[in-house]
Parts: sequence; structure tokens; C-alpha cells
Amino acid sequence: MSTQNQPVGFNEAMSNGDPVIVVEQLAKTFLLHNLNGSVVPVFTGVNLAVHPGECVVLSGASGVGKSTMLRAIYGNYIPSSGSVQVRHDDGLVDITHAPPHLVLDVRRRSMGYVSQFLRVIPRIPTLDLVMEPLLENGVDPAEARERAEAMLADLNLPRTLWSLPPATFSGGEQQRVNIARVMVRDYPVLLLDEPTASLDAANRQTVIKLMNRARAAGTAMIGIFHDEAVRDGVATRLFDVTQFKMAA
Amino acid sequence: MERADVQHQDDAALLAVRGLNKRFGNVVACHDINFELRRGEILGIVGESGSGKTTLLRCMAGQIDPDAGQVVFNSRRHGVKDIFALSEQDRRRISREEWGYVHQNPRDGLRMRVSGGANVAEPLMMNGQRHYGQMRELTLEWFEKVELDIARIDNKPRTFSGGMQQRLQIARNLIHSPSLVFMDEPTGGLDVSVQARLLDLMRLLVRDMGLAAIIVTHDIAVARLLADRLMVMKSGEVVEHGLTDQVLDDPQHGYTQLLVSSVLQI
Amino acid sequence: MTTQTNRMQHGAYNHAYLDEQTKRMIRRAILKAVAIPGYQVPFGSREMPVPYGWGTGGIQVTASIIGQDDVYKCIDQGADDTTNAVSIRRFFARVADVATTERTAEATIIQTRHRIPEAPLKEGQIMVYQVPQPEPLRGLEPRETETRAMHAYEEYGLQYLSLYESVAAFGRIAGGAGYPVLVDERYLMSPSPIPKFDNPKLHQSEALHLFGAGREKRIYAVPPHTDVRSLDFEDYPFDVQSWDEVCALCGCPDSYKDEVILDDEGTRMFVCSDSSHCSDRRDAGHAGPMAGHELDQGSADAANLEDAE
Repeated sequence: MSTQNQPVGFNEAMSNGDPVIVVEQLAKTFLLHNLNGSVVPVFTGVNLAVHPGECVVLSGASGVGKSTMLRAIYGNYIPSSGSVQVRHDDGLVDITHAPPHLVLDVRRRSMGYVSQFLRVIPRIPTLDLVMEPLLENGVDPAEARERAEAMLADLNLPRTLWSLPPATFSGGEQQRVNIARVMVRDYPVLLLDEPTASLDAANRQTVIKLMNRARAAGTAMIGIFHDEAVRDGVATRLFDVTQFKMAA
Repeated sequence: MERADVQHQDDAALLAVRGLNKRFGNVVACHDINFELRRGEILGIVGESGSGKTTLLRCMAGQIDPDAGQVVFNSRRHGVKDIFALSEQDRRRISREEWGYVHQNPRDGLRMRVSGGANVAEPLMMNGQRHYGQMRELTLEWFEKVELDIARIDNKPRTFSGGMQQRLQIARNLIHSPSLVFMDEPTGGLDVSVQARLLDLMRLLVRDMGLAAIIVTHDIAVARLLADRLMVMKSGEVVEHGLTDQVLDDPQHGYTQLLVSSVLQI
Repeated sequence: MTTQTNRMQHGAYNHAYLDEQTKRMIRRAILKAVAIPGYQVPFGSREMPVPYGWGTGGIQVTASIIGQDDVYKCIDQGADDTTNAVSIRRFFARVADVATTERTAEATIIQTRHRIPEAPLKEGQIMVYQVPQPEPLRGLEPRETETRAMHAYEEYGLQYLSLYESVAAFGRIAGGAGYPVLVDERYLMSPSPIPKFDNPKLHQSEALHLFGAGREKRIYAVPPHTDVRSLDFEDYPFDVQSWDEVCALCGCPDSYKDEVILDDEGTRMFVCSDSSHCSDRRDAGHAGPMAGHELDQGSADAANLEDAE
């Protein structure tokens, strides 16, 4: 497995077909109006193309802007300039300029995102939470239940917890619910922000296995993993964010 | 005031608000509001009290005449029309057939003198249903959908708790399969524990029915969980408008930044 | 209807109590009401020598249309011999100098609150109703602006709420009195507090029906030969009350009955609510199971009292 740090597009030979994520000249600067208009530059000039079956791991020291970059790619943060094109159906959609309903459709069908923290409506049973992305995509409720149960079982979440809302779960349990909610669907593009941070070694291995299974099926991934073992277990290449860091 | 018919609209838009203005004396309640809403979309309108949220909602629902601007609705019966270019009769018919309006206080949206079941069945009768058995059946279905005890179908709403009254109001506003529902602080007066359940219910119903909703709230957490898109209003103007997570996680306007950073964390 | 101008009765009051301008104003409202069957026409209701709610609307309508050659009948709960009926009849006998009667067939103007007589009404007869609440939607919608809009736009779905409640509570459309009707397939109307038993008598009636609500200041009308349909559900069609008992006095099987409690043991009898109808039948030789009961003489006594004055 390749872990070398190389510029954009260098590695195309080892992946198949056209890229499913194309980031061009992406930059992000925060402007904080309530702090005397202070300007917080994060990164600039980012170019990145990711192909099906690739897992690009964003690397760099803490605070260098990895999470910000991942969020900008997901369309959660609004970039200051540049574009992020994502494969959706048969074309590429620039989610930095697409109308809101199209961005939501890309997120619903083409691009999944595992955040660091679980954020859901309170008091909903775990199983229902995991079924939801399937139901949203028109999957039959019986099949959705089957797939959700299989996913929770794969992630070793004790069956006794399935009917409970995750609010009282441990950090690791919540994180696995979070992963299950995304991995239960086969998104062509996956963004992962520290999905294994609060997991024990055994569960980390399970997640690595799930990710590699998805990758083998052609999913393109961009992730942030501080744990070197996980990084080595999933990455097809590293992408050093430090080089795009803007001076404050 | 421009009230011309609008014929050539983008078919994708269910509702389009154009240049809407409303003042009360010297107070500007809504200034030059423009946006579109598609089928199946949930739009949240957030802002502090007095920012013009509810006035905007009531203008869109045809309850207040704006001073200027259009509210163009893609009606099943009338096609794409500025609702203020229609007669009052047609506007009332659209409101009855194709819209729902959920009030913050369920007492404003329910008839307190008739039973819960009759409250839920009323929109059916208003739209010409004259078969008691069929209405009763559908009413029972909706009691179950909003998780009300069907044994209490003939009780008066005042015997229901606040959360139950609000669920009653929601059933009443969805039973006739509207394409658009206006909600004014739908979880405003409720216990936090009841709120969560209601939020989930509304989200599921909206998803299953594919309807569009405009939800006015000052509760950022409610907006995050329900809305696809957010409009942030301040002093009658929309200061920011975008995907809910963009607006809340990466607010661009100073007021939105202040609003988001003021939310209490637990 | 003929009218008299400035003809003073007993030297104190104008003919039929009201002044001529007022009667003209009310007649204009009546004409409008006849022209738009079922539509509530506002009018300037006057102070009357009885409290609001005691029939001032009906009295004003009668006063505006009554002429010297009219024959006046007044009933309360179907009976000619109740206090209100006797008082109002005497009022018009005095201030309008008209002949009065208890016989439906002889009357040209019949004032009522609760009943339509059993005997079929004829062309040329006028029914005058005393209406407490003219707005059938009021119990469900308190805003006058809103109920007016509902009438204007023919939005009558709300009225079915009351029928729904009735079926939900009783398994049938119970509503006994003031049962809502649609007049000429256009205006929703409350037919005063008559029992729904009498609703079918309004449909294609030969007589003119005038409704006056004094406190609420509204007049409305059902002209002769007008369709009047009682609201109902497809699966709960409109029907009228019926009684297993025949009239205890006259034996009538199909009239509207009043239940009369006779003693503390719960002994009771059912008698025709329409006292004129009942006495006509008895005069014609019909007899019920309790014929000859002391109540049998009641009507005649009351009439005698009045005659004695």
C-alpha cells in the first residue's frame, strides 16, 4: 500500500477511470466580524483529484487545516475561492456553486460524510437512525432494517443498544453509530473525519476492514486519521495539507 | 404595487417570493425578500424576535397583504400564480386545499370547542368530503401517525396536554395532503422532552409525504435538525441564506456569527 | 299584505306599534331577503316592549307586514295557549286591530319560534319566525368577518363539523333543533329553533317564510317554491324524529310529540305539540288512548280566558 506524499494527479496510474473528486485552486479564509473583523487564513491553492478505489489521507500537524479542508470539500464550509467537483450520476457537480437542492442531492446519494461527533435528533432509537439514510433513498423498510442490523452487527455494537437512543452511549459506541449511519449506504464518495479516534484496537480493525471493503468496491475516500496504524491500514496515498498553509 | 400574473415560471419552484416588502407605519417588517422553495424542501427562517419572520410567513400564507412584491405559488388548481393576483376566494381555496399552517400556540390553530377527531377531520370536510365513515377512518390513521391515543379521539382538545395539542394541530394540517406547510415556532411552547419527539415526527412526515415546509423559529437547534436551508433575518432583511449546515457552521454575516456563537452548549 | 298609514290605535301607538319609517326600512330588508333566499340581510332592529330574545325579531317582521285584513296566529312550542303566544297575539290584536285565530288554515300570518304547524301551509300564508341566533356557523366560528366570507364564498365545510361531532357522540346525526339547511343550493341557513322534524316542510313550501333576529339584527327568508335541503353525510342521511307512541289525546300517529310528565311516579303522556292540529282532530272525532284526560280541556280554557277579556 502506497503511503508516499505526492502532488495532485501523480498517482493516477494506480487508480481506475476518471476522478470522482476534483478539487481546484481551493482556498479558505475565515472572517470573524465579531472579533474586530479579524481574518483567519487557513489554506490556499489546493488541487486534488481522487479516483474510484483511492483512499487519500490528509496529513499534517494538528491545526494545519485538515478538518477545514474536508469540510470545504463536503460543502459544509464555503470556500473563499476555487471549486470542488464531485461525481454525481453521470457528471461532475461543483458543489461550491451548485444550488442548495443539488448539493443536498449529491450528499444524499453520492457523497457520505462521517463527522467526528454524532449529531442526531434526540430520543430516536439507534436502529432507526441507521435505517434513515436508506429510507431517504427509497429503500424498502424491511430491507433497510436488515441492512442496518447487519451494519451494526459488523461494527460490534451490542444488540441490546439497538433500540436505545445513542445519547447515553460511550464515545466509542456513538462513533460506531455515526460510522454505521454512513457506511450502511454504498456512497461512491466518502469523507471521513477521525472516524476511529475514540475506538479501541479491535473496533479500529473492524472499521479499517469496512473501509477497505468499500474501497475495493470502488469507493473513493478522503480521510483524516491521526492513528498511524489506521492510516497505514487504509491509505493509498497521503496528501500533506501543510504545503497549502497560509500565513496569518 | 405590482400584482401582475406571472405565467412563465420555473416549473421546479413550488413557491417563489419576489421583492416582498411590508412595513407597519415606520417599522420595516420585511424588506425586499427574494427566494424560491422547491417541492420536498424544508426552509428554516431564523432570527430574533421582531426580525420580521412571522410577518413574512403570514404574507406568504396570504394572511397579510404585502406593500409590494409577489408570492408566486405553483397551485394544483390554478397553475403558477401570484397569490395576490388571485381573488380572495381563490386564495382561500388554495390555503384550504394545498396549504397547512401550524401555529405556535395550538389554541390558535385548533377549534377548542369541538373534539380532537373533528379538528383533524375538518380540512377533509372543508374540501368537500361528505362521507363520515371514510373521514373517521382517515382521522384514526392520523391519530396513530402522530402517536395520539385513538381512545381519546372524541375528547375536546383542552383535555390534551400541550404536546398532544401540537400533534393534533400537525395532524390537522397534514391530513388533506397539502404541498406546502407553514409552521410558526411549532415547538415553541413545549417541554424539551416533548420537542424532540415532535421534531422527529415532523421530519418523518415531511419526508414520507414529500411536502415542502417553511418553518419560522428562533431555536437554532430546531432549525439544524429540520431545515434543509436557512434564511437568517435581522430587522426585516435577509442577511444570510444558504444550506443549513453552511449557515450554522460557517456563517458569513456578522449577525449570523453572533447568533450561532450565542447558542448555549450542553 | 295590506298596510295602513298613520292609523292610530287606542290613540297612543302607530298601527302595529312601529313607526312608518321603521316598517318601510324593515320591508326593504324583507324584499332583499326574499330576493336572495337564505341570505342574512342586516336591518336596524328597534327597541321593543319586550326584552331581546323574547321574539323581538319576529314581532318587528310581523309589525312591518301586518295589515288590517290579516288574520294572525301566534304559537310557542307549537301551542297557541302558552303565555308568550297569548301575549304576542294580544299585542297585535291591540296595536294592529287584526283578527286572531288558532286555526292554521284560517291564518294569513303565523308567528312562531319553535314549530311549523302540522297542517300543510298554503299559498298566500306567511310564516314569521323568531330567531335567537341567525348564524348557523357561529357556534363553530366566532368571527363575524370570517362567517361572512364563508357565506360569500360558499365555504360551508365547517358546518359539517357539528354533524361529525353528533355522529361521533351518538352514532347518528342527533341535532334536534335549528338543524342547518342549504337554501336554493346556495346559502346555508339556520331555520330558527324548529325541530328538524319540521325541516322538510320548508322544502318547496307554498308559503313565504320570513325569519327575524332582533338582537342579532338580521332578516332572512325562504320564498315559496324554494329548494331547502337539510345537510347530511352520504353514509348518515338526514332523517326526522319519530315516535313509537300516538298522541294520547287525538291518536295522531305522525305528528311531532311533546312528552308530558304527569306525576312524581314518572307517568307520562305524548301529545301533539301542535295544539291546533290536535284539537282539529279531536273535533273531527279522533281519540287517543287517554282521550278525556284533564289536559284535554286546556286549550279550550285558554281560548275562553282570552275571549273573556
